[in-house]
Amino acid sequence: MGSFLASLGEAVGLILTGDRDLLEIIGLSLRVTLTAVAAACVIGLPIGAVVGALRFPGRSLAGVILNSLMGLPPVVVGLMVYMALSAGGPLGPLGLLYTPTAMIIAQTILVTPIVAALTKQIVEDLHADYAEQFASLEVGPFDRVVALLWDARFSLMTVALAGFGRAVAEVGAVIMVGGNINHVTRVMTTTIALETSKGNLEVALALGVVLLTIALIVNGAVMTFRATAARVTYA
Amino acid sequence: MLETEFNVRSPAPAWREETQRAASPEVLLETRALCFDAGGRRLIDRIDIDIRAGRRTMIMGANGTGKSLLLRLLHGLISPTRGEVLWRGRPLDRRGRHAQAMVFQRPVMLRRSVIANLRFALAVRGFAGSERTARETEALQRAQLEGLAVRQARVLSAGEQQRLAVARALSCAPRILFLDEPTASLDPGSTHAVEQLIREAHADGVTIVLATHDVGQARRIGDDLVFLHAGRVVETGRVSDVLDAPRSEAARAWLEGRLYLDSSS
Repeated sequence: MGSFLASLGEAVGLILTGDRDLLEIIGLSLRVTLTAVAAACVIGLPIGAVVGALRFPGRSLAGVILNSLMGLPPVVVGLMVYMALSAGGPLGPLGLLYTPTAMIIAQTILVTPIVAALTKQIVEDLHADYAEQFASLEVGPFDRVVALLWDARFSLMTVALAGFGRAVAEVGAVIMVGGNINHVTRVMTTTIALETSKGNLEVALALGVVLLTIALIVNGAVMTFRATAARVTYA
Repeated sequence: MLETEFNVRSPAPAWREETQRAASPEVLLETRALCFDAGGRRLIDRIDIDIRAGRRTMIMGANGTGKSLLLRLLHGLISPTRGEVLWRGRPLDRRGRHAQAMVFQRPVMLRRSVIANLRFALAVRGFAGSERTARETEALQRAQLEGLAVRQARVLSAGEQQRLAVARALSCAPRILFLDEPTASLDPGSTHAVEQLIREAHADGVTIVLATHDVGQARRIGDDLVFLHAGRVVETGRVSDVLDAPRSEAARAWLEGRLYLDSSS
């Protein structure tokens, strides 16, 4: 316990003193995660809203698929992206393997189903409230989806947070397509995995606490923003 | 059960003939042998009614007799199992639906401000620019909600929400307004305010079709009455005629507060 606290103190000290390596790792973690979550929201929110709000053949199947994809194994995604980006893969000429972009792609694939499935549920519930009024006003499919996404925006912030939680804690896929290269693709989770494999459990634990703290700060910031925005909007 | 002449079109009801003679207002909406089945049961059974322009038609009957269902069929929210709804003599289509609006028993408020609720309805109905702004202002004044324009609609009182719902529906300039028990959960003051909105709309030429349990309300704002029992029209006529001297046993029992179980229904 003593060595853990000492390692934790050491990690906090590194942050406070502005250790370049650690800050670089934290910065890359946030860049990769936030970019992936943003991309997943751009893709997943409309998909979830369409499946949740509109009636079309195969809608139930689409819902089942979205829910199933929430449990997509990261190593499978990592392998797929690896094969696609490797020299012999269809996207090989882009030279993206072992770059942060590859990690963003893998995380986006992992997070998008989560965003889409949770959005579908929220939009579906809201649509149940609105359905007759929308039908009476003859609201078209596009306006319907846009209106539901807008009216559910504060609930959807929680969806984005769920996606962030998944992405920031992910290690399997990013280590496969990123390679955990020092100063290039090393992020918090891959560093933790590396330190654990080296037997530096205290350092790994301390980094884990730092990761949790970052997640806590991001969650707190979003929830505070959500509460403030809702209060201002509904004042 | 009483076999009424109003279940089939051929023996025209007296009030209909009288109305036709008096002014012959245009028939806006009519149903032909309208039926609706669900769960293996017939919930609306061969209904033939005419809704004439400028009239205020009250739909009455006990709980579960099909009042709300009939309004939804008339408004095109659900499709009949059999029969049809005609708008100005032609099958109800998008153009006909565009000339209609509906207010529900529980007002559906978007998670937006009062004015944004109005703006959304007007925008999807194709109003834009200065006309939309003018209609928003008029609707706020009509509902007496000018001071609450930027307030979240869902935090308004039940009465305020229903006034907003009526004003929102009227802001789209419908020719006919359906109201499904709009004052069922309101206090007398709020009920009065909603009824005043309905009167004003009628004075502006809007045809009213209102489902209600409230006999007093039917007397206050109704012209014609359609009484339903077990999904069928069992009696129609002028409001005062039906309420003062009901001819059907179902209407008589309902007005007397008796449970009426009809073996044929």
